[in-house]
Amino acid sequence: MRKLLVLLLMLLPLPAASGEIVGALSQNRVSLTANFTGSEILIFGAIRPLPDQPTGNFDIAVVIEGPRQPVVIWQKARRMGIWVNSDSVSLGSVPSFYAVATTAPLTQILSAETDARYRISPAQAIRAEQAIGQVEDLAEFTEALLRLRAEAERFRTLERWVQLDQDILFRANVRLPANLIEGAYTTRMYLLRDGEVVHQYRNAIFVRKEGLERWLYQTAYDQPWLYGFMALAIALVAGWGAAAVTRLLRW
Amino acid sequence: MQIYLPIAEVTANALTLLGIGGGVGLLSGMFGVGGGFLVTPLLFFIGIPPAVAVATGVNQVVASSISGVMAHLKRKTVDLRMGTVLLVGGLTGSGVGIIIFRWLSGLGQIDLVVQLSYVLFLGIIGLLMLQESLRSLIRAANPKAPRRKLHVHTWIHALPLKMKFRVSGLYISVIPPLLIGFVVGMLAALMGVGGGFILVPAMIYLLGMPTKVVIGTSLFQVIFVAAFTTVMHAVTSFSVDVMLALFLIVGGVVGAQLGTRLGLYLKAEQLRFLLALMVIAVGAKIAVDLLLRPDELFSITVPGRH
Repeated sequence: MRKLLVLLLMLLPLPAASGEIVGALSQNRVSLTANFTGSEILIFGAIRPLPDQPTGNFDIAVVIEGPRQPVVIWQKARRMGIWVNSDSVSLGSVPSFYAVATTAPLTQILSAETDARYRISPAQAIRAEQAIGQVEDLAEFTEALLRLRAEAERFRTLERWVQLDQDILFRANVRLPANLIEGAYTTRMYLLRDGEVVHQYRNAIFVRKEGLERWLYQTAYDQPWLYGFMALAIALVAGWGAAAVTRLLRW
Repeated sequence: MQIYLPIAEVTANALTLLGIGGGVGLLSGMFGVGGGFLVTPLLFFIGIPPAVAVATGVNQVVASSISGVMAHLKRKTVDLRMGTVLLVGGLTGSGVGIIIFRWLSGLGQIDLVVQLSYVLFLGIIGLLMLQESLRSLIRAANPKAPRRKLHVHTWIHALPLKMKFRVSGLYISVIPPLLIGFVVGMLAALMGVGGGFILVPAMIYLLGMPTKVVIGTSLFQVIFVAAFTTVMHAVTSFSVDVMLALFLIVGGVVGAQLGTRLGLYLKAEQLRFLLALMVIAVGAKIAVDLLLRPDELFSITVPGRH
């Protein structure tokens, strides 16, 4: 229902439609291999002002959002002298990765209502209002989630990061970290003016494990018996073989 | 060099992993222990998720015991009958351990239980070893002190369901070995250890087995329980990381060879004394982590993943 509403809102003529945004990505595929250390994605595009409309004063926000997952946030407390996980809060749908890059500080270019409707800032993206937990202060937990994810560089707010040339061309470099999970990373580019979304453009990056890693991962989940026995065989062969080799070498 | 571990879903430094494998291998070569009780906590310390650390640790135990098992089987220093009884207990214990592991993961308490088990077992074993090695160091200095009897008749020999174990020269009830095997199996599933550090003293002091068959029989039980536990963790929690295991195994085998040579320069009592101190140190480190207020009180888990 909520999704439908958002969809309808998007279809409605946007307030003061004074321009359109089109964009592209330097790559639409990222391969996770054994030596993957992260990847730089260049997001670029242009603003097309509509005829008979005022130009200029545009701002841009670019969002890259990784596949959503449920998460549980735990708080430690002292019980019988030791620190243990005690209270928890669950969130149903949290992006595994989230980066928002903008031309100016988010609070200056985005009104609170627009942010709530389009879910642009990380605080909105985690859907904190859907948190479930028997705790006194839910906000403390959702803030901890934002903080921990930011520290792990999985949530990034890159203000004044998007370069805008002559109010037409824009570009931004966003680094994807090494610890990505597989799936579609949606990319949304928002054209903003006076705190409102004027137009938006969507694209996606597909992150896949490749080669040996992909095969190992798929086998582990799809054929766990085969994988388990393979792990066993590798251990036996490696352990016995290596001992035999060193015995032969007698060094 | 950073490598991506497909099951742990984290990147780790290949040299760090080889170093952990090698360091633990060195110790296990020097002291003649499996080293599983050091691998798993070290993997926690570098940020490997606990479920992956435990399951992969137990896979590494298979690799580090196989050559020992083959050698003992060839020398016929394995009591196959006793090994089988211990194994029956061990497989049952491992199965129960796997179920408990799953249940605790769901409750978000698996880290705590694993850490507490480490504190408890490392503490007890470390202190016992320390006491024993100090006693033998003193005995070595003073050869006139009375020797301890190897074979003592206790209440254990009065239990029913007796069975003949010809290789060990024992006629005892199968209940104590079944129970010992069960405990060791459960520890393998919950802590990612082989359990030799419990099995060996239990076989000597509780069952009264002759020392020459103890190591072989213990390795025989440990390798089968570790193999079973590896497959069960792979099937129930998809948490065995072959890539991680491979680095640990390669490092471990090289380290063990060096350790065996280094061990020749030290006396057995001194070795046991050093090992006891090390076991206590690892246990104390984990205990301190639990007792001190952590810098970050919050943590995040993703249900259904490790």
